[in-house]
Amino acid sequence: MNGFLHDFFDIPSDLQHSWIGLVGLHLREALLPVAAGLLLALPIAQLCIRFRWLYPPVLGITTVLYAVPSLAFFVVLINYTGQTELTVMIPLAVYSLVVLVPAIVDGVRSVPQETLSAATAMGFGPLRRYFQVQLPIAVPAIIAGLRVATVSSISLVSVGMLIGNQGALGNLLHDAQIYNRPELTWNSVITTALLAILVDALLVLVRVLLTPWMPSGTAGRKQAPALKDAAR
Amino acid sequence: MIRIDSVTKRYPDGTVAVDRLSLEIPDRSITVLVGPSGCGKTTTLRMINRMVEPSEGTILLDGEDIQRQPVTTLRRSMGYVIQNAGLFQHRTIVDNIATVPRMLGWGKQKARARAAELMERVGLDAALAKRYPYQLSGGQQQRVGVARALAADPPVLLMDEPFSAVDPVVRKGLQDELLRIQDELGKTIVFVTHDIDEAIKLGTMVAVMRTGGHLAQYAPPAELLSGPADAFVEDFLGGDRGIRRLSFFPSARLELTSDPVIPLDATAEQIAAPDAPYLLVTDADGRPLGWSAPRDLVAGDIRPERLLSHGRPFVPGTDSLRVALDCAVLSPTGWAVAVDTGGRVTGVVSQATIGEAIRSAHAAGRDDEKVAG
Repeated sequence: MNGFLHDFFDIPSDLQHSWIGLVGLHLREALLPVAAGLLLALPIAQLCIRFRWLYPPVLGITTVLYAVPSLAFFVVLINYTGQTELTVMIPLAVYSLVVLVPAIVDGVRSVPQETLSAATAMGFGPLRRYFQVQLPIAVPAIIAGLRVATVSSISLVSVGMLIGNQGALGNLLHDAQIYNRPELTWNSVITTALLAILVDALLVLVRVLLTPWMPSGTAGRKQAPALKDAAR
Repeated sequence: MIRIDSVTKRYPDGTVAVDRLSLEIPDRSITVLVGPSGCGKTTTLRMINRMVEPSEGTILLDGEDIQRQPVTTLRRSMGYVIQNAGLFQHRTIVDNIATVPRMLGWGKQKARARAAELMERVGLDAALAKRYPYQLSGGQQQRVGVARALAADPPVLLMDEPFSAVDPVVRKGLQDELLRIQDELGKTIVFVTHDIDEAIKLGTMVAVMRTGGHLAQYAPPAELLSGPADAFVEDFLGGDRGIRRLSFFPSARLELTSDPVIPLDATAEQIAAPDAPYLLVTDADGRPLGWSAPRDLVAGDIRPERLLSHGRPFVPGTDSLRVALDCAVLSPTGWAVAVDTGGRVTGVVSQATIGEAIRSAHAAGRDDEKVAG
């Protein structure tokens, strides 16, 4: 058993990382794109709310981008960003938009009309109203979107293996093949799954802490849009 | 004073929501805008705090055009209460109420202290301060809405169908509460409703509006009931406006008689003396016990449980003629029992006497003082 555990965590030196190092790398490559996606999605969503006609084309474009296979993205990007983490992270950020933009739009739109009227009537300007009323009330929907985007991003990082070992935990899959060490495959799959579950649980916790105002029992009310095709 | 001066609101598609409306809204009183849906009452209200901008005409607040100050400043000087309260679901009750004071730059402590004071004023338990809106009933939420509107002590309060989404019992409680608060604070309140009874109960002045944004009549409620301007107003007031108008006549001047009132320990002479079909028996403190025909009473052995119910009594100083008439109609003997504020019988009055009082009150017409009914 000790021998198996030793082999399990014995990461080949060509990856230049310990197991913990790979976990850190994986999280960075998965979470930074989602954070960037969120920063990008907030203004895009606000534009879609402000100009209703903009929403359908924006939805269309993000969906089309989501349909572009990550490999194709890499091929295009490699000319500009080379075999780097950035080449992996840019497509992931773009993919997160397809979940985050609708989540924010629906969340902000779910604020009741009388709440908005009351805010306006009390003398809230548009900015104050957005940051102090609409955004806080949209938090449950935004976090629901973030959960889907994050889990999907964590699973997608592994594809980075194909461009010069930029796939963090995914690189273990490649090494498992060339060194004929199946336990590395298990390591990659199990660790990735555990990371996804942990980060998801963390987001649920953040949601609970941020929204003490939500009636308990309706926590799952704002369901995230279904994950389209996570296996990519 | 708010002065609405031939204001028209026309939408780009050509719909006219409000058509050359002129209205003078007196200070420190409740002015009700009432009418069927589509009559422009809410649009009119929203033009006062510029949530809707008029197409033509001006609105003056204390003589100054409301266009001349920044819109957020104007709005922060006017409390606004809306149907379903429109509370901020992500803020606690105390923070909801403290919203406008905080925007006006009050310190957190001062704003919260003010919020606590207002919770008490609108009849909310202090224990609710840290709760969130979803934990409150509809009626409680509406009280929070009123408290929030009053928080920065604005001279003007705009209320847009604030009580129409709660059940009738709660609504009556909220209306009574509003009248009580208004007695204490004396705000200039503009109140929108589609419920004519609410308008008559709350309004010092009532503006009846008709579809298309026209003013049909602008008058105190008693005048509205006695002299509707046209068929539309008459129809809108409903069938029993004669009875409802009695709410505005005091019952203080009713001629009471205490002849048929006898104590529980009445002697045979006391029972035989009055020339009345029924006698009202009172207890040692003078509180009513019930009615009985004289022949069913035995001196020294009057049993309260055998008496007919005396029904609901009325208080001549505070109740209206409508209440007195109602008491007489509901009484098994046709006589209404008058009591003082301590519940002691001051006399009884027959339906016939009340009928005479109604006739003379109508004759005296509009000069009668208004009594909340």
